[in-house]
Amino acid sequence: MKDFFSIFINFAMIGTLTIGGGYTMLPLLQKTVADKLRWVTEEEITDFYAIAQCLPGIIAVNTAMLIGHRHKKIPGMVAAALGIIFPSLIFILAIAIFINRFMEYEIVRSAFNGIRAAVIAIVVHAVIRMLQSGVKDFFAAAIFVTVLAVFIFFSVSPVWPLLTGAACGIALKKIKREV
Amino acid sequence: MVYLILLFEFFKIGLFAIGGGLATVPFLTELANKYDWFTREELTNMIGISESTPGPIGINMATYAGFMAGSAEHGSAGGVIGGVTATVALVLPSFIIMLFLVRALSAFKDNKHVRSAFYGLRPAAAALVASAAIAIASVTFINAGEFTRYFEYVDIKTFALFAVCLVLSISLKKIQPLHLIAAAAVTGIVFSM
Repeated sequence: MKDFFSIFINFAMIGTLTIGGGYTMLPLLQKTVADKLRWVTEEEITDFYAIAQCLPGIIAVNTAMLIGHRHKKIPGMVAAALGIIFPSLIFILAIAIFINRFMEYEIVRSAFNGIRAAVIAIVVHAVIRMLQSGVKDFFAAAIFVTVLAVFIFFSVSPVWPLLTGAACGIALKKIKREV
Repeated sequence: MVYLILLFEFFKIGLFAIGGGLATVPFLTELANKYDWFTREELTNMIGISESTPGPIGINMATYAGFMAGSAEHGSAGGVIGGVTATVALVLPSFIIMLFLVRALSAFKDNKHVRSAFYGLRPAAAALVASAAIAIASVTFINAGEFTRYFEYVDIKTFALFAVCLVLSISLKKIQPLHLIAAAAVTGIVFSM
């Protein structure tokens, strides 16, 4: 029980200090979970982070669960998952409850009109980063353009382009006899 | 029953969102179109808040979207239940996968077919996020309602701020989303956008 609580608290603290994406979490994990607590080694964290990216879901949560599992099996995994989502629940629910009252003020609406412009820039930059790391040849670029065109003109669930993309990836590599 | 719908929708997002927290945005845009829980403009505000508050962005957005869904039908208390439901549902798929396959995961990552699948998945995921960016940009940059001259159709101030943010984000390696959002909020207030 003490271990469970310790895993929960430490991941809740890491979650609280992670603002704006998983990239800020990695150095924090290394400092806390590897250097200070010695639950896992730094190499294991790098491995877990790589595996977490290949799993569905949120990378930060996947990494936390893998570390929790390595340290204390399934109870550790549960504690890590609960810990990493705890700060989101507290902060976001508190903000969400009161935001409509703030939105009545002109100044808050102006601030959010500015914030939305920044948000679009952040999302566009994320697309650029995804292109840089995931689109390196003609076929990958063709998949990108096709999915974008189809998705703009037809309203389909995002699930289908993803499944089709994965199938195309496997088929193309087979045809090119790289596998 | 809004909570069951949330459980189903966010389980689906948890199973298919690949490539970081912002990869959930295309799914949330779909929810904005499909249900009366939140508009695209509110969704864009939600992303801004999720980027600048503690916690992983994907989780923050799920909690927020769940709150909006629950509170749309059952008030603030319903919102809290909705937020918790959506968040847990989002985490559940990878939790279940790890429960059964944790030992096989290292092999899974290096499996040739998994690598091939990701070769096709990554561009598709990037395209989905790009189309989500277009969807939220269309409600942010284009003025609704009456306009008399062509240039009034596009909100020049907002578009200029977007362009500056994008250039800063790409050129300054050290700049964090939080900094951009704080600066943009101040700009919005100063120029009463």
